[in-house]
Amino acid sequence: MATLQTRATARIMMSPAVILLFLWMIVPLVMTLYFSFLRYNLLMPGTEENIGFLNYQYFLTDPAFFTALANTLILVGGTLLITVIGGILLALVLDQPFFGQGIVRLLVIAPFFVMPTVSALVWKNMLMHPVNGLFAWIARSFGLQPVDWFAQVPLFSIILIVAWQWLPFATLILLTALQSLDGEQKEAAEMDGAGAISRFIYLVLPHLSRAITVVILIQTIFLLSVFAEILVTTNGGPGIQTTNITYLIYMQALLQFDVGGASAGGIVAVVLANIVAFFLIRLIGKNLER
Amino acid sequence: MGSITLEKVSKSFGTTSVIPEIDLEIHDGEFVVFVGPSGCGKSTLLRMIAGLEDLSGGRIIIDGKDMSKEAPAKRGLSMVFQSYALYPHMTVYGNIAFPLKMDGQEKSVIDKKVKDAAHILNLTNYLERRPGQLSGGQRQRVAIGRAIVRQPKAFLFDEPLSNLDAALRGNMRLEISDLHHQLKTTMIYVTHDQVEAMTMADKIVVLNAGRIEQVGSPMELYRSPKNVFVAGFIGSPRMNLIEGAEAAKHKATTLGVRPEHIRISTTEGAWSGKVGVTEHLGSDTFIHTQIDGIGQVTVRTDGDFDTKHGQPIFLTPDAARLHRFGADGQVI
Repeated sequence: MATLQTRATARIMMSPAVILLFLWMIVPLVMTLYFSFLRYNLLMPGTEENIGFLNYQYFLTDPAFFTALANTLILVGGTLLITVIGGILLALVLDQPFFGQGIVRLLVIAPFFVMPTVSALVWKNMLMHPVNGLFAWIARSFGLQPVDWFAQVPLFSIILIVAWQWLPFATLILLTALQSLDGEQKEAAEMDGAGAISRFIYLVLPHLSRAITVVILIQTIFLLSVFAEILVTTNGGPGIQTTNITYLIYMQALLQFDVGGASAGGIVAVVLANIVAFFLIRLIGKNLER
Repeated sequence: MGSITLEKVSKSFGTTSVIPEIDLEIHDGEFVVFVGPSGCGKSTLLRMIAGLEDLSGGRIIIDGKDMSKEAPAKRGLSMVFQSYALYPHMTVYGNIAFPLKMDGQEKSVIDKKVKDAAHILNLTNYLERRPGQLSGGQRQRVAIGRAIVRQPKAFLFDEPLSNLDAALRGNMRLEISDLHHQLKTTMIYVTHDQVEAMTMADKIVVLNAGRIEQVGSPMELYRSPKNVFVAGFIGSPRMNLIEGAEAAKHKATTLGVRPEHIRISTTEGAWSGKVGVTEHLGSDTFIHTQIDGIGQVTVRTDGDFDTKHGQPIFLTPDAARLHRFGADGQVI
């Protein structure tokens, strides 16, 4: 894009795609905004009228809202913790040369290809089931009382499932970052007298910082809207122990048929996601600038 | 102190032998240059001395102690890598201080040593910068700084100047030689550039296919190369190696004569031929000539010698400075 002319041409050529994307984003957003100010309940058709901020007031003062907010943050934070730490460890292992490396790498990536609903069902019925599950069988064979995962530690169970799905993503990104570490730097550190742990702290971890930032940012975006795993396993329960914001909005719209309230919730979720993103960028975004 | 002895050192990767067997004595304070074409095993040999490659056989003795199986850090050597291998997220200060920090030295001691090293290498104003903000020559100096703060028994340089441009390379050559005179520490320097070898070394080790072809001072190698390989490798422009009838006249298989040891004339001489390409360097002129019955011969003469392409020319080699090599490539 050297000259004025090419720049103008480029703009014209790009504009159809940009305009389409813009409409794709703005139309649903504006409609959601519009619905959020309406009394709009599918059980009372024909009574739609502007009620101002009443929907927001109901949503934000709902006692379930703060629980859902806390659950959302715990879910995101817990999953990030497991996937980043686990991803670094797995990447370090997979970076070593060993027999069957290709197959093992493929196996590690596999969970990412499993649909969330399917993986949640597998975890629910084959692994965590208190009677038929593999974990229960292991517990019993040691003579222990099996854990009823979704009744006793429901949120932790969801975190485990989601972390299992996202671990391959973290591992993959961190592994490629690890492979780009200059071999001579490692050798230089070795000659400088740095042991394996010092090399990890002073050389590998700073080198990975950018990749870790990318993993955290991308995962946060997707983890804020975890839904399928909750719907399939716990339905937000017991009580509202595993209800996150996304699930709360779903209940509002499709279980209580309150489109207006759900739209207000949706807008609140958008604002919350932006707040989280703002703090994340402030906190770790400077890593991306280097 | 830093004397290094290699005893029957060998290296093979799988079944391919890279270094058959090498014996070498490096005295304390010497500047030794390993020189050879790429793939001759010189870098591998250096990495074996550093401890970054395992030995397939033989022993490496540093200061009288067998270090063949010791970890790199325990050998008391420092290395400057071809890519400099600076730590990109640390400042210059952090880079130079790293080996001391790993050694567990006190902060005040580290600070003094880093400042001293920075002073020697003219880096005092750059201590807070990161490697990415430095020029090639400055990075090179940081890498050297990181090597000297440990006060090692010997420095190992792995083609340290190959990433610099020609002018900077000349400067760094002087600086490294200067540093050697200041520190008087043993240095082992690997390069494929015979100019670097000739200008800096106390002792040159010419390697070819993992074997030592000749060891000696630069002038020894220049004056009396032991074989055709060394003759062709040391000296620039390279020695003319003449085979066939002309060599047989001197009872040799290969006759070597350096471009600077040939007299050139437009009127008379022992060999006659035509001028090919002429390279004017200002101070010198390299004339590539086509000699009847011999082939291409390069001559070095003074800068004012003027010739035209295709002009008839006469050459007379200096009979006292001919090198005669036998059928096995060794000098007769």
